[in-house]
Amino acid sequence: MVKKLENIEKREQETGYMIIDGHKIRNYFKELDPEIKIEMLKKMYEIRHFEDQTEQFIIRGQIHGTCHLYVGEEATAVGAIYAVEKKDYITSTHRGHGHCIAKGANIDIMMAELLGKKTGYCKGKGGSMHIADVTSGNLGANGIVGGSIDIATGAGLTCKIKEKGKIVVCFFGDGAANRGNFHGALNMASIWDLPVIYICENNIYGMSMPVKEAFNISKISDRKFSYGIEGLTIDGNNLVEVYNTARHFADYCRAGKGPVLIECLTYRWKGHSKSDAQVYRSRKEVKSWMEKDPIPGYRKFLIDDGVLTEAEGKKLEVEVVEELDQAVKFAEESPFPDPGTVEEDVYA
Amino acid sequence: MREIEYREAIREAVIEEMDRDPKVFLIGEDIGKYGGAFRAYKGLLEKYGPERVINTPISEAAIVGAGIGAAVTGYRPISELMFIDFTTLAMDQIVNQAAKIRYMTGDNLNVPLVIRTQGGAGRGVAAQHSQSLEAWFYHVPGLKVVMPATSYDVKGLLKTAVRDNNPVIFIEHKMIYLNKGPVPEEEYLIPFGVADIKREGSDVTIFAYSNMVFKSLEAAAELEKEGIGCEIFDPRTLVPLDEEALIKSVKKTGRLVIVSEACQRGSIASDICAKINQKAFDYLDAPVKIVAGLNTPIPYNSTLEQACIPHKENIIGAVKEILL
Ligand SMILES: Cc1ncc(C[n+]2csc(CCOP(=O)(O)OP(=O)(O)O)c2C)c(N)n1
Ligand SMILES: [Mg+2]
Repeated sequence: MVKKLENIEKREQETGYMIIDGHKIRNYFKELDPEIKIEMLKKMYEIRHFEDQTEQFIIRGQIHGTCHLYVGEEATAVGAIYAVEKKDYITSTHRGHGHCIAKGANIDIMMAELLGKKTGYCKGKGGSMHIADVTSGNLGANGIVGGSIDIATGAGLTCKIKEKGKIVVCFFGDGAANRGNFHGALNMASIWDLPVIYICENNIYGMSMPVKEAFNISKISDRKFSYGIEGLTIDGNNLVEVYNTARHFADYCRAGKGPVLIECLTYRWKGHSKSDAQVYRSRKEVKSWMEKDPIPGYRKFLIDDGVLTEAEGKKLEVEVVEELDQAVKFAEESPFPDPGTVEEDVYA
Repeated sequence: MREIEYREAIREAVIEEMDRDPKVFLIGEDIGKYGGAFRAYKGLLEKYGPERVINTPISEAAIVGAGIGAAVTGYRPISELMFIDFTTLAMDQIVNQAAKIRYMTGDNLNVPLVIRTQGGAGRGVAAQHSQSLEAWFYHVPGLKVVMPATSYDVKGLLKTAVRDNNPVIFIEHKMIYLNKGPVPEEEYLIPFGVADIKREGSDVTIFAYSNMVFKSLEAAAELEKEGIGCEIFDPRTLVPLDEEALIKSVKKTGRLVIVSEACQRGSIASDICAKINQKAFDYLDAPVKIVAGLNTPIPYNSTLEQACIPHKENIIGAVKEILL
């Protein structure tokens, strides 16, 4: 069963600290430069508008394969990724556009990949499910649910042995947590104290399968007990909470204390993929989660905090929309790959 | 005769078998309310309830393994793996367990299990959702491998698969679920190991299965205009294989073109070629030709994706070359 958000312990304890699911966590967010706080809002807008645009492409039949939209889950990707450093690695999922954008990918090149263009991140060969922007430390999306949990663990090994000081953020869904390899990978990470932040994006469904039917435990983060590692469940729609938690455990990982399992409660607003009649959930449920939209909540927080004015917030969104228009233009005007390239990069 | 969609034929087969035998049940991901990724099980949860339409977490190995366990203890499960690409996650259960249990135990245990899955390219779902992996299962002693092309075949063969006392890998193709084809109202079964000549001809035999049957039929229709008669040989089941009928067809035409969406290296196509060279060499008027997919992962971009798999034109080209 999914624990209700309100039940999650979360209150400002003493100034500068928060209690998040039983963990005393410093309010790192408070100490951030205003520009970074604003940049995080912009990233969330970028993801939201990127996905809206992608949905338009889907409706117009411009996306050949399938796509899994991240709308509604933006705070998780942005909060967690901004809490780590540029040099750190991430691994992503089939629902990977948000992680990719947050880690710093160029949306023109991403959009080009979605349209199967030569100028895309994968030269048109990967599409939505395989975007990997290695320059920003993104080791790639994955078409196999849970496929990147092991890969993140291996990247953690590299960080521990060779690239000391670096850590890995591994995103995966609630559904992926029930793949057998989750166990093998987390166990390994735990016995070797690997610096990996495992972020389980619990969006209440794995395709049509409700979490409450797929698990016999109420918190996925309770799996931590099996591995003797740290773990907690947080509000994945609250950017500040995600940021602080991830930042806290980034330091923890960097200090060689081992991996952590953070469960972020969130919700996917759109259908699972390109074709999904959503018979397994009610309109009412979707609406209730849309009311917990992570973006206006965070924007209001910044405004109340005096970091941003209403007008600046609006302007930011306008800028994002313009950037997206540019990305669409770039993608649409880009050439398709030459059919002769089909056997390029085949080495065996 | 009425015509129904391939996925509807699957659904009919499942309903008939579940009604006939209470030991038959379904297990897999998103087969409940969702009705299966390709909606072949639409309405079955409502009809049979959650005890016989078991929706699972994303645990492929356990979907197959639980099927095996139920099978050895008296049930006849149909385990579903949404994409053949995900059989990789259940390979221990399929290859080391299901395929070997009967033999290893000296026939003490049987595994009456059907593993339904689908493969193939064409939907833009790229390298991890478009593979043709049938050769892996074909290679392993102890697995039957079925790859039906038409609504008629899928229904009759699925019913036979459910009644078989041994593990059957039942592979559909993602591009043909909406194809309509004639299916009689009356019940029928199609035995394993019996090929179907999808079209008769006397100049060249074209061996093709699954979606490649349709590409071959298109090629044959065009070649007929030039006076070339193609015999389309659809084995329907790869294990067991109707070798006798294949040799008979090759005897008649003297020429064999093998069409395979899977790439050639280590493929079923190569094995068929070897078999014919070993067993029917004297009847051949020309070396066997193979038209196969490219040796590449399947790319996303539609043009590149199409470049990876055989088309009517490639088949026509091969037929013409072999007739030279
Ligand atoms: C191993 C595997 N099994 C099944 C699928 C089909 N599939 C794709 S996404 C998905 C649901 C994944 O759920 P979750 O991990 O919760 O991620 P979400 O889609 O909710 O973000 C399924 C079943 C797959 N791609 N890989
Ligand atoms: Mg999920």
